[in-house]
Formats: sequence, C-alpha cells, structure tokens
Amino acid sequence: MKHDISLTVNGDTYHLSVEPWRTLNEVLREDLNLTGTKLGCGSGDCGACTVMVDGKSVSSCLTLAVEMDGRQILTVEGLAPSGETLHPIQEAFIEKGAIQCGFCTPGMELSALNLLKTNPSPSDAQIRSAISGNLCRCTGYNKIVDAIAEAGRRIKHPSKARR
Amino acid sequence: MPAARFDYIAPTTVEAAVAALVEGGRDTRVMAGGTDLLVKIRHRMLSPKRILSLKQIAGLDAITVDKKNGLTIGATALLADVAAHKGIHRYYPTVAEAAGGTANVQVRNMGTVVGNLCNASPSADNAPTLMAMGAIVDIAGPTGCRSMALDQFFQGPGLTALKPGEIVTAIRVPPPAAGSGTAYHSLSQRGKLDCSAVGVGTLVVLKADRCKDARIIVGACAPVPMRTQAAEKMLIGKKMTDTLIRQAARTASEETSPITDVRASAPYRWKMVSVLVIRALTDARKMAVRKQ
Repeated sequence: MKHDISLTVNGDTYHLSVEPWRTLNEVLREDLNLTGTKLGCGSGDCGACTVMVDGKSVSSCLTLAVEMDGRQILTVEGLAPSGETLHPIQEAFIEKGAIQCGFCTPGMELSALNLLKTNPSPSDAQIRSAISGNLCRCTGYNKIVDAIAEAGRRIKHPSKARR
Repeated sequence: MPAARFDYIAPTTVEAAVAALVEGGRDTRVMAGGTDLLVKIRHRMLSPKRILSLKQIAGLDAITVDKKNGLTIGATALLADVAAHKGIHRYYPTVAEAAGGTANVQVRNMGTVVGNLCNASPSADNAPTLMAMGAIVDIAGPTGCRSMALDQFFQGPGLTALKPGEIVTAIRVPPPAAGSGTAYHSLSQRGKLDCSAVGVGTLVVLKADRCKDARIIVGACAPVPMRTQAAEKMLIGKKMTDTLIRQAARTASEETSPITDVRASAPYRWKMVSVLVIRALTDARKMAVRKQ
C-alpha cells in the first residue's frame, strides 16, 4: 500500500505517494532527480548518502521515505540554491583541494555543516570525529579536515575570508 | 537485487502498538531508529512482512532526570539526544559517554539507546554502563506492563527476554548512590564507528577509601554483556588499591569466554579485558572519590 507524504526539500514542497519500503535516498535520486546525494554502502557506514533532516545529519539510505512526511530536508543541492554563489563550505573545499573523485563530497559537506552550525571553531580532533561516519576512498582526509576548518573561519568572519 | 518489500504501520499509542504486534506475530518487526533493522532487511538476514514504527507514539522519546526517580530514557529517544542531555551529563556522565561513542554522527541522529539494547548484540556499547548502574527495563505487553533488571534481559546474541507482543517502552536508571563513580572503556579496530571488540563498564561505590559496592560488566566477550561477579567480590569491603584493581582485572578476564571473530582474536580479547577493567576501575574510583 502506498503512503501519501508531503516533504520539503531545499525549500520546495513535494507531495508524493511512496511505497513503504522505499528510502529517502531512492526518492531524492529517482523521483526528485536530486542526484547530488549519493548511495554508497546502503548500511550507514560510508556517509555518501548524508542529508539533513530537520537540521540533523542522517543517512538517507537508512531513512524510510514514509517517515519523512512533514519534514524539512536539505541536500547538497540546497547548499548553493542559486547555483551561482557557493556555500562557504563548498568554497573552502575547492580552495583547499579537498575534492578528488568527488563521490564523498556531498556527504562530507553536509557532515561539515552539521558540525559547523553549532561549532564554527572546531579542533582537528572534533572535525575528524564529526566526519568519522564519512569515508573517502581517495583517502584525502587531511585536505578535507583543512577545508572544514577553513569553512568554519569563513562562516565566523565572512568578510575576513581569503578570496 | 530487488528491494525487500514490507508494509509499514505507525500506531500512535503503546496499546495500539502492542495490539498490532500481537496480531502480526513473527512477521511484524518493531522499529525505533531503524539503523539496525533496515540493514538486516537489506542484507536479507530478516524479511518481515510488516514494520511497526514506534516513532508516532507521543512521549516515547522523553528523557527525564529526577533526583528521586533517577533517569528514564524513552524507547525512541535518540543516541544523540542522550549524549547531549545536560542532566545526563551531570548525573550520569558515563551513560552520555557510551551513547556518544556509539556508531557515527548520522547513526546517533537516527538510532536509539533502547534499540541498541533490544538488538541484544553482545557488543552493544550502551549495555555495560547501564547494567553496571542497575538499569531496569520497562516492558508493555498484551497482559499489561512489567519491569525487569537489564542484566536479566539479554538471553544470547540477538535474543532478549521479550515475549511475543511485548515492546520495551523505556530504560530506567536509579539515582546514583553517594560516593559512586562509573566508567566505560571500549576498543575497536577503527576506534570510531565500528562495533567494539571489547567494552567494559564499571560502577564503584566508595565509603572513605573502602569499596562498598562494585559492578564490572564486560561486553563482546561472551554471548551476552556479562557481569564478572568473582572480580566484583574481590573488591567489596576492601581498600581499593592499584594492586587490588590489577588482581580483580585478571579475575574478570578469566571469567569471560570470548571467541575469535573478524573484530579480534580470543587471546587478544582476554588480554584487553584485563587492561580495560584496570582503566575503567581506576577512572570509576577517581569519580567516586570526587562524589563522596
């Protein structure tokens, strides 16, 4: 039996009818064509599918779409809604060379946002702990940690950030 | 491989949930956060016809800290909320620490403490501390409500004392006694995210420098998180010296029955039980001195 749900993704509200076994990841990618959110392991280990639900980072592969009725979802596409100006986290990832193949990047950036919204000046250890649920197969962790620290500085002092 | 198919219901009261579970029988599985259940379904370890979500039951996610009644963690309270709760930090710091050390950020934002217990994994990170603190499980079922000690709840890997139609509604921890200290230490290959290869939770109650009460619970080294009672007995009534702690740690290690698996070998686990018991008892003693 299908369930009718209304969910808001990156500010747009969608009314959908979903089968109970479908995940938020499938609905985002297949129904809404928001393919920025990736699917990696499908078991909550790799973090490639990370999105924010009501301001908290979750694995979209382990979230049933039927439970998203009335929820606010943010995906990587919503970090830069205009498509022209990037989010400070995205700018920092580019500047620090924190992107190699790019598959982990959407999840890494949302985990970074989840950390920086409450702690814009994290220590390296806090950053590493915050991304412990995000795997980078290119193993570019050092640059990702640098980028998240830089993004924190940009969020805290937007005018002082280096261009 | 096509996705496993199932129906989904989300009753709004505990009574309705119990009734649906009785009617659905073995084909219906209870879900709180879903971080274990959905993985098991995807890996074809379980194939329920229907998932019964507890998330629509109002008040089941409550966390209350009360000087007289102690701590209550509702069935759908998130690991992240337990880890960040100010009252838990103040009065039950090790409970917050164990919840905050479970899995990763995303899983803690979805998964629950009670769900971690109900999966009855021998390595469940939240079990040793709660068992050491004398936690009680509140259960609702077709014949009414009952409560039982958490150390009676685990029956084997993946097995609990729950009868058909029963649901855990909350876990309760009594107020800590004066002069009590707790600690949890665990080891895993990655240090974060993955299941613990060994976990040790301890409680120590001191009066002056004498040990009035002690609990040592070892996770992932037996079919269930286990109390090492011989080691506990060595401490009670005595002055808690470093030498005595070392002796108790050796005894605790001898009481466990670890296996060799992907996470660690049995000989390594035996050695590490001893090391972690020393660390956890030393930390618990330190906290107990402070709380006297």
